[in-house]
Amino acid sequence: MAIALPVRRQNRVLQRLKQRPVVLAAFAVLGLFVILAVAGPLFSPYDPYTLIPGAVMQPPSWEFPFGTDELGRDVFSRVIHGSRISIRIALVTVSIPLVLGGTVGLVAGFYGGLLDVVLMAVMEVMLAFPQILLAIAILAMLGPSLVNAMIAVGLSAVPVYARTARGTTLSVKSMGYVEAAKALGAGDIRILLKHILPNIFPPLIVLATAGVGISLLIAAGLSYLGLGAQPPTPEWGAMLSEARAYLRNAWWMATFPGLAITLVVLSLNVCGDWLRDFLDPRLRV
Amino acid sequence: MTVFIIRRLVMLVPTLAGVTLAVFLMLHLTPGDPITLMLGEFASATEVARLRNELGLDRPLLVQYLKYMERTFHGDLGTSIRSQRAVLDEIADRLPWTLQLAFAAMTLAIFVGIPMGVIAATTRNPAIDSVVTVFSLLGLSMPTFWSGLLLILLFSLTLGWFPITESHGLRALVLPAVTLAAPAAAVLARMTRSSVLEVLRQEYIRTARAKGLLERVVVYKHALRNAMIPILTVAGLQFGGLLAGAVIVESVFARPGLGRLTVNAVLSRDFPLAQGVVLVIAAMYVFVNLAVDVLYGLLDPRIRYH
Repeated sequence: MAIALPVRRQNRVLQRLKQRPVVLAAFAVLGLFVILAVAGPLFSPYDPYTLIPGAVMQPPSWEFPFGTDELGRDVFSRVIHGSRISIRIALVTVSIPLVLGGTVGLVAGFYGGLLDVVLMAVMEVMLAFPQILLAIAILAMLGPSLVNAMIAVGLSAVPVYARTARGTTLSVKSMGYVEAAKALGAGDIRILLKHILPNIFPPLIVLATAGVGISLLIAAGLSYLGLGAQPPTPEWGAMLSEARAYLRNAWWMATFPGLAITLVVLSLNVCGDWLRDFLDPRLRV
Repeated sequence: MTVFIIRRLVMLVPTLAGVTLAVFLMLHLTPGDPITLMLGEFASATEVARLRNELGLDRPLLVQYLKYMERTFHGDLGTSIRSQRAVLDEIADRLPWTLQLAFAAMTLAIFVGIPMGVIAATTRNPAIDSVVTVFSLLGLSMPTFWSGLLLILLFSLTLGWFPITESHGLRALVLPAVTLAAPAAAVLARMTRSSVLEVLRQEYIRTARAKGLLERVVVYKHALRNAMIPILTVAGLQFGGLLAGAVIVESVFARPGLGRLTVNAVLSRDFPLAQGVVLVIAAMYVFVNLAVDVLYGLLDPRIRYH
């Protein structure tokens, strides 16, 4: 998703960011989590799965900054490891609708006719379900697991992307330069890839940045319900689910994984809002 | 207006047909043999044949679908594989709990979210605007399964204000409703704020002010009514989201609603039950959206003629 911007435009981006310290902080938090995810083992003092003898449900201390859980595992190490899983979730749950929804919308909008009617009818039916419910329905078919939860959440977001991609394709299709390319004898594939695809990308990116937080929340929610990541996987939602039983005696087990999800999603939402304003000033609220 | 409502009702038919088709196909799009998934690998051949026949899986697809539609219209959603009870009875037992929670949360979200948005849009105090922005960002970003646990930790375990093991009564409803309402209130506050700001920029607002109307009248009578259309859309969508979101909140507070039923159905691969729950929630969602559409027509006469 690296968009190469000319130098002058890059300076403008930095300048605008400097005026928004909150957005800068949000980017910093996300950066921190990415570093934790990539270099997690370097930072985590213990193995996320190892039971530490004599350290069952210890409150936070210098030795265990986030305390230990009911089996004597270090919560800090598990939360750090969880950021790795969350990044995987984010990537998968955004790539699926981006590619699939983008393609459906592009094809439906470009070719029109019966293909358009059929594809969009399927999308409309999917939109008739609330997103969490759609994800649960897909999971009911695939069976519960972390990977299936990621697929289900990704698929449940497809119709929104398809609708946006179709709308943009329709408006771009009638532009002069597409007509010109057609007149010059360009084939369908060439027009789709070279002239239309680059133009439908910005709104899809805006959707993706706005949607990634929601996808993370739904995926973690599915794990909380026991339909996604299974114990002993240190996924944040699954950790909170385990923590519920020990709420009375170990508040820290229920505090830190939730704090991690909230921080990540909050930062994603702040960055997403900013990016939307930046890419499309007309949408500014 | 009647014509408008009838037209909307007719438009409902393809949507509901699509939804039932999708729910029907859940069983058929499942990778692997659903019968084996449901009964386990060691089921006897007679058991497998019996269930296959019971679910009608040995007949042609179209026949199965028509049969399914016929049964569904007569309120027969099949029999749960695990409990051997009628799916409709299972759902009927749990639905009131979920509806109660969703309605309570929706009411809270409307009475907190919309005023917050109006205040943020009309205040000249940037601090108040910031508070609303922070609240709505937090509401959008905190997972309900975390905020719920924190509320239990603070209000039930530490302060002892609300019960944790009890599900009956109004007191037991407070924390789950607050938990479920928070994200919806956040979305509504955000939407209301931007919608009101947008309307306040219109010419007719300037006219209203110019002719000397009280600011309160301008905001509540002229601006808010026109700002309501997008707010209503969002509220309608939120209600469907609340029904589905209740699944998670119920699990946090151990309430006996549709949530636990759904999760167990998925975990135990009880297809008829899972299909039934999905169908019921989706149908309610579709009808809520219809109600929102009709409300539009009431609020904005222009819409009726489109």
